Amino acid sequence: MVRSAKDFWAGSIYIVFGSSAILIARDYAMGTAVKMGPAYFPTILGGVLVLIGALSILRSFILHGTPIGAFSIKGLLLVSASIFVFGFLVRRVGLAVALPLLILTSAYASLKFRWGPTLVMAAALTIFCVLVFVKGLGIPLPVIGPWLGG
Amino acid sequence: MDLLNNLLLGLQTSASLANLFYCFVGVFLGTAIGVLPGLGPTATIAMLLPVTFVLPPVPALIMLAGIYYGSQYGGSTTSILVNLPGEAASVVTTLDGYQMAKQGRAGAALAAAAIGSFFAGTVATFLIAGFGPPLAGMALKFGPAEYFSLMVMGLAASIVLAQGSLLHAIGMVVLGLLLGLIGSDVTSGTQRYTFGIFELADGIGFVTVAMGMFGLGEIIRNLENEEERALMIAKITSLWPTKEDWRRMIPSILRGTFIGSLLGILPGSGSILGSFAAYSIEKKVSKNRAQFGKGAIEGVAAPESANNAGAQTSFIPMLTLGIPSNPVSALMVGAMIIHGIQPGPSVITEQPALFWGIVVSMWIGNLMLIILNLPLIGMWVRVVMIPYQYLYPGILVFCGIGVFSLKNAEFDIYLMGLFGALGYLFSKLGCEPAPMLLAFILGPLMEEYLRRAMLLSRGNPWVFVQRPISATLLVLAIVALCSVLIPSFSKTREEAFAEGSG
Repeated sequence: MVRSAKDFWAGSIYIVFGSSAILIARDYAMGTAVKMGPAYFPTILGGVLVLIGALSILRSFILHGTPIGAFSIKGLLLVSASIFVFGFLVRRVGLAVALPLLILTSAYASLKFRWGPTLVMAAALTIFCVLVFVKGLGIPLPVIGPWLGG
Repeated sequence: MDLLNNLLLGLQTSASLANLFYCFVGVFLGTAIGVLPGLGPTATIAMLLPVTFVLPPVPALIMLAGIYYGSQYGGSTTSILVNLPGEAASVVTTLDGYQMAKQGRAGAALAAAAIGSFFAGTVATFLIAGFGPPLAGMALKFGPAEYFSLMVMGLAASIVLAQGSLLHAIGMVVLGLLLGLIGSDVTSGTQRYTFGIFELADGIGFVTVAMGMFGLGEIIRNLENEEERALMIAKITSLWPTKEDWRRMIPSILRGTFIGSLLGILPGSGSILGSFAAYSIEKKVSKNRAQFGKGAIEGVAAPESANNAGAQTSFIPMLTLGIPSNPVSALMVGAMIIHGIQPGPSVITEQPALFWGIVVSMWIGNLMLIILNLPLIGMWVRVVMIPYQYLYPGILVFCGIGVFSLKNAEFDIYLMGLFGALGYLFSKLGCEPAPMLLAFILGPLMEEYLRRAMLLSRGNPWVFVQRPISATLLVLAIVALCSVLIPSFSKTREEAFAEGSG
């Protein structure tokens, strides 16, 4: 019986990261203690991480922990998605479209979302960013991207 | 009169019109983000880092430092007036500060926080000036074994000072070290863990990780509970504390400054632990302990002095050893490297204007904070009223453009999104991101020093305990880790953190 879900899942994540670190490092040269190869340090770290993961999972069967609590699924999905979409679109369609889209998508995650003020904010913030970052600081991002003929 | 000459050089540097201006911009922005809940100094400095690339190194670092200690200052204002800590280090200030405000003594509480912070800032400035050069002189004698042990000690301290389970703090540190190794291996040139992705050849930028875990992760966490905040703003009558107030707050300010300065130097803590510890100790030693939680001025003066002192002394390891002690100073180390300055003990001798300019600018910045902020309180109260639903999309926009501008690569935007989701997941599992970020930065350095130390010792691992300084550092690391296992200490540690979340 898992008594502490937090310990169990955190431990599992450590084991996944630690063991993949060791497995992938098998392709690199190990070297010796005197002349350490690229695999030496990550293999040690991976081993320690697997050990910590195992301890954490072991502990999850013994000690009671606080429950993980509800995930903010909407927040997680919309915030991450808005960032990924922004990254994909920003050079293709340009800031004039990518920024309002980022603002509207992420703002939609809030329970208090309202179209009116958010649209005003999106417009104002987009103009501000174009002026400061593109015109002012010279960051090489298009205002209107190639997909829109810019 | 070396110290005097050096301080004079610092004054010359930091009192130039341009540097005064950037110092002002820094403390002003810092106060603003200190006031705003849900936007911390780590995420802000990460966002503003690209902007500072266009500046020369001295004003850039003066501004970044100003943001950090300014944020400690701003956090207190809203803690007292609206019971809303804008900053983690100001959480304990709400306990007595807001009670004082409700009793019509908001002015005295604000003044106690301001005076305490200014005094602490002044003391901390002199501590950096006094201890910096001898520490750096000592560090010049460090070999690879000493540096490796120093980093081990730093990570051990960050583990002890992390909130929550010790096991997870260690886990996050090891994970951070591993993630830090992604990219080309310095010695062999082997591409490690890059999965053939060209953008990973240089490794993952720490700004990307910081913005993801602290910026995005925090936003997702805040979206979990968006309850209506009923803000009751206290009226401010007289700002000047009474004679009785002065008599009570002076010893608290002294104790708070001492505790904060001491804890600030320890890696991984910065200002947060200082304010909690100062409050707990004040509650035990004060003659008015019955009044705590009901509006004791000591409960405002001590933690506010402590967090400001800690914010400043946390720069000591970074400025003298080149080793970051918390995410904020890690970002500043990054800024130095980008400006072509190799952080380390030689900065003081090779770039005296930079070192002393930053030190003196901290004192000037504190002066600006006290002069500017008391009259501006009305404005800051209006800033705190900005609803979060309009604030966070803006933060995302600045993170998105900021992270792109580092290398002009969309890939970093994707990575930031990934680390945001990862940061949220870890925080749900009770794993703190702060030790991970510190380890992430130290990872490649540790490997390098380990390699060199082992090469010099011809593969003899005992070199770390045979060299006295290295051995001392390792013993300190072990003592720190073991101290958590002592029941009375771990109880205090939990209490200190419980006080904050309660």
